[in-house]
Amino acid sequence: MNQPLLEIKDLKTYFYVKAGTVKAVDGVTLNLDPGVKMGLVGESGSGKTTMALAVMRMIKPPGTIQGKISLNGVDLVTLSNEEMRKARLSQISMIPQGAMNSLNPVARIRNQILDGLEDHGVKLSKSEANDRLAQLLQIVELPTKVADMYPHELSGGMKQRVTVAIAISMGPKLIIADEPTSALDVVIQRQVMETITRLVRELNLSMILIGHDMGLMAQSVERLAVMYAGKLAETGGVKEMFADPLHPYTQKMISSLPVLGRRGVFEGIQGIPPSVINPPPGCLFAARCPKVIAGTCQEISPALREVRPGRWVSCHLYN
Amino acid sequence: MTLSYFVRRVFFLFLVVWTAATINFVLPHLAGRDPIKEQMLIQIASQGRTQADAEAMIRTYTRLFGLDRPLWEQYLTYIGNVMRLDFGYSINNYPRTVMDIIISRGRLTLPFVVVSIFISFTFGILLGAFLGWNRTPQWVSNLVVPPMLVLSSVPQFLVALVLIYFVAFRMRLLPMNGAYPRTMVEDWGSLTFWMGYAKHAILPILSMVLVDASGWALGMRAMMVTVEGEDYATFAEAKGLTTWRVFFRYLLRNALLPPLTGLAIRLGFIITGASLVESFFAYNGLGSTLGGAIGNFDYFLLYGIVTIMVMCIALATFVMDMIYPLLDPRISYKAQRG
Repeated sequence: MNQPLLEIKDLKTYFYVKAGTVKAVDGVTLNLDPGVKMGLVGESGSGKTTMALAVMRMIKPPGTIQGKISLNGVDLVTLSNEEMRKARLSQISMIPQGAMNSLNPVARIRNQILDGLEDHGVKLSKSEANDRLAQLLQIVELPTKVADMYPHELSGGMKQRVTVAIAISMGPKLIIADEPTSALDVVIQRQVMETITRLVRELNLSMILIGHDMGLMAQSVERLAVMYAGKLAETGGVKEMFADPLHPYTQKMISSLPVLGRRGVFEGIQGIPPSVINPPPGCLFAARCPKVIAGTCQEISPALREVRPGRWVSCHLYN
Repeated sequence: MTLSYFVRRVFFLFLVVWTAATINFVLPHLAGRDPIKEQMLIQIASQGRTQADAEAMIRTYTRLFGLDRPLWEQYLTYIGNVMRLDFGYSINNYPRTVMDIIISRGRLTLPFVVVSIFISFTFGILLGAFLGWNRTPQWVSNLVVPPMLVLSSVPQFLVALVLIYFVAFRMRLLPMNGAYPRTMVEDWGSLTFWMGYAKHAILPILSMVLVDASGWALGMRAMMVTVEGEDYATFAEAKGLTTWRVFFRYLLRNALLPPLTGLAIRLGFIITGASLVESFFAYNGLGSTLGGAIGNFDYFLLYGIVTIMVMCIALATFVMDMIYPLLDPRISYKAQRG
């Protein structure tokens, strides 16, 4: 058994605001092996993006990060700011959510790519820089002339490809793709997603793919993690999770997906997720859960435990 | 094409100046007053001229200033003169020419106003960017922003009064008024005169800078907060860029665009923007001259100053139009919008 690339242990991201404590991410424990793609799904506000930002240590005050995030055995939480800055892009990089707006509107693509290299100590002569740019753009299937263009001259898909080129430019081990295709139409979505998966495979990267699109997840990832109200509900291999979901939330979610050949009204999950500002004790899904155990679920918060090898669930049903 | 963009802008520049000059010509005529007659009546009242003398003088002056000719002829002469920056003689200060007055007064106004606008802008922008930056500790903002809010909403002359009272009158650190020491003759070739001018300019500049810089800083702070919320700000940080590169190249660079437009407009008001400050510091500058010209109904001086003012605004806008595409690539020389 090799050592996991990313080891997240009891990660808590709390925002201390006037209204109380916002527990955006509350006690997430997660392992990611090298070369594995993991999907992270959950409703809006369930803490997916916050967790991604926490892993990159980009949470701004009044937010705080507690717990352990170790990458290749190095605990990122204890790094100095400067060490963490250098780790971004060279160890972990991000493919951002808003493809349309993630590039600096007043700088040429060339500079936006080279800025990252330069600030990680890569010194290139003019011709070396050109070669590197051409190579990076070619990897993401863009013509070389894009280097001298401005973001507004590119389409959404092209912009997203540029961000992918930037993300891999320093050869990171882990890529966090935060809904990389949600701003694009379905055709472009597929093309960009294919490029990303191909690169992850070729460069032997690990990836955390954040999104709501279960179909996309089924196609692109090997493991799946389901978040609910800042906590991890369930993780496991993507096939097992679809075939045999354990947590009632996952069960409801998967049964709400449309199935080819079956007509009818899909059920969905009744109710709305609870507020994560000063959350109540007990399981946060209890109020919406069809299998709620009276007296237990509302009182005691279920711990995340490994019920089968590689299969973690936080639910009282499996105690 | 860049050339056609340039030609179009130059055309608009002339169109604006011509329109303004025309309005400038028509308006005083609509007022229905006769500046020469009024001037003579004052002289009759104060110096006791006879009726016949006065009427003869009115006729002579009217002919001299060309006010007896048909309106269209006056207009054509006027436009021709404007193009050559010749605004004729001042009615009140005859035989001094309007241009001569504008230059001699403008020399006192221009240096201190230009300096204060640039200091205000540079200082205000940097301060605002710093205050709006999410890495600046909160207590700095809490400390600096309230006084800036007060300063930015107070008129410049009020700040001027406070400065005159404390710095000049009580502490006697700097001269109270005048554009240069009373013991000196206006001589722009001598270094000592410049030094004297500079020393007298400190308080007026300070009173403008305190107010203007606060305004720029507050605006810039708001822009910074907006830019920091943009996705490219987050992505810049995720790229692991150095703090300073993110600050200058990604945040400040983008937040700077709207204030730069503001600066162009502000530069247009160089001439008259400081008239109240000028009068509190007893500068005999252009601002106070304009006020005087309105009071005395000095047609030609009024024409001159207002036209120069319009030219300044049009020129500043023109320069901004020329350099803006360089600052913001999204605005191209080709675009036909607007």
